[in-house]
Amino acid sequence: MLKGHQSWLFHRKPKLVSAAAVVGPFEGRGPLADDFDIIHGDSLLEQASWEKAERTMLEEAANVAIERAGITKEQVHFYVGGDLLNQITSSGYAARTLTIPYLGVFGACSTSMESLALASYMVATGGAKHALAATSSHNSSAEKQFRYPTEYGSQKPPSAQYTVTGAGAAVVAEAGSGPSIASATIGRVVDMGIKDPFNMGAAMAPAAVDTITAHFRDLQVGPDHYDLIVTGDLAQVGHSIAEELLDKHGVPIHKTRFKDCGMMIYDYEKQMVQAGGSGCACSAVVTYGHLLKKLRKGELRRILVVATGALHSPVAMQQGESIPGIAHAVALEAESEEERTGKD
Amino acid sequence: MANKKLKKLTPTQQEYQRLALSHMPKRSVAANSVRAFGFGGLICLVGECIRQMFIHWGGWDEVKAGDPTVAILIFISVLLTSLGVYDKLGQWAGAGSAVPVTGFANSMASTAIEGRSEGIVLGVATNMFKLAGSVIVFGTVAAFIIALIRLIFNQGG
Repeated sequence: MLKGHQSWLFHRKPKLVSAAAVVGPFEGRGPLADDFDIIHGDSLLEQASWEKAERTMLEEAANVAIERAGITKEQVHFYVGGDLLNQITSSGYAARTLTIPYLGVFGACSTSMESLALASYMVATGGAKHALAATSSHNSSAEKQFRYPTEYGSQKPPSAQYTVTGAGAAVVAEAGSGPSIASATIGRVVDMGIKDPFNMGAAMAPAAVDTITAHFRDLQVGPDHYDLIVTGDLAQVGHSIAEELLDKHGVPIHKTRFKDCGMMIYDYEKQMVQAGGSGCACSAVVTYGHLLKKLRKGELRRILVVATGALHSPVAMQQGESIPGIAHAVALEAESEEERTGKD
Repeated sequence: MANKKLKKLTPTQQEYQRLALSHMPKRSVAANSVRAFGFGGLICLVGECIRQMFIHWGGWDEVKAGDPTVAILIFISVLLTSLGVYDKLGQWAGAGSAVPVTGFANSMASTAIEGRSEGIVLGVATNMFKLAGSVIVFGTVAAFIIALIRLIFNQGG
């Protein structure tokens, strides 16, 4: 189970039996629109506040994922989740509606893989038969909390990122059809002294590199073990830094495809998102919507999702602190040919 | 100043800061300044046209015509903020849309809109000055210091 210093290698590989991705209108105009389960036309979702809209999306994602798994919410033993709002309220309130025993976690934008790793661990060790991992973010509620009011006319630098409005949920089960979760690497907090909250990519890139190298070291594999290694929300600036850092550390990252969810979700030509997407929902909806479909179709065989998070707060920023970064990696494997054809 | 900041960091962190800086997309300060100058100037031009209208057709005198002019500019700014246009202008124009009175109005309107879900008193009224408050504080402090200087050096004059 424990492999190396900070990784879990699942011998009884838990299955990612179902997942759901819910997004807002802006993401619905991006290149991955066809892969999302629900696209809302109104970012308020007819709710009274952005916060309520975020919570509603989270509940929707959880419900769709549970329904798709062919089970009822009573059969889900635990719900592991978190989000970006203070006291992770979106998750807490969603858990109130779902009434599933709940563990709230916070890893900022790395929460997607943090929750999936924990849910997988529970299932792999017999701690649960079904576990739900879910996370959400909303552009307006995140901007409100972390930066300026959404309608405030300040100029954002090109390194700034656009918080994804959406929610992603996944049901992990002992058995069933779907991609399996092969391993997970829990990241360390890495702080390279970046203080600019409009340059989150640069703040998180070293953490992503640390987790990726730790994963290879612990599992004794190289980048070529995976068809695709995807970071959570480093966006253009952070991703190019990560690429250079990996190169410097002698990791032959060019042997695989190395991409970033924050660079996949929006159309840079048509959408004003500066460096790219960010937020808990960024890696969640790209993984649970887009990448999972590719795994199911067999277009991808083995992928490593490295969700990245920045563990800062507006208060810490004003007090002159730097931005600590973190990254958690989860390896997903497509079903083998026999498994797929056997079921069809 | 940049070097002073770097001194507190470890050598690895310093090296990383240099690496990160080399990956920062380049921004043309000149183009940004020209845009800001042009857009800020445009706002002032519109303001001057409105003022002249008040003087010629409204019967206001040169000094007092400024008051309704500012009111109209504030109204336009608040309207554009509510329609979700001002933030997009701000991204393009930078300081050009932030410095004139319209920027001040935008800072108050945007925080008020954002606070709406938290109620009229603690949401809208309290948040309204979240960004604009500092302008008022420093404006008042500066006025006080200037008044003090005038009092000391210009007694009776």
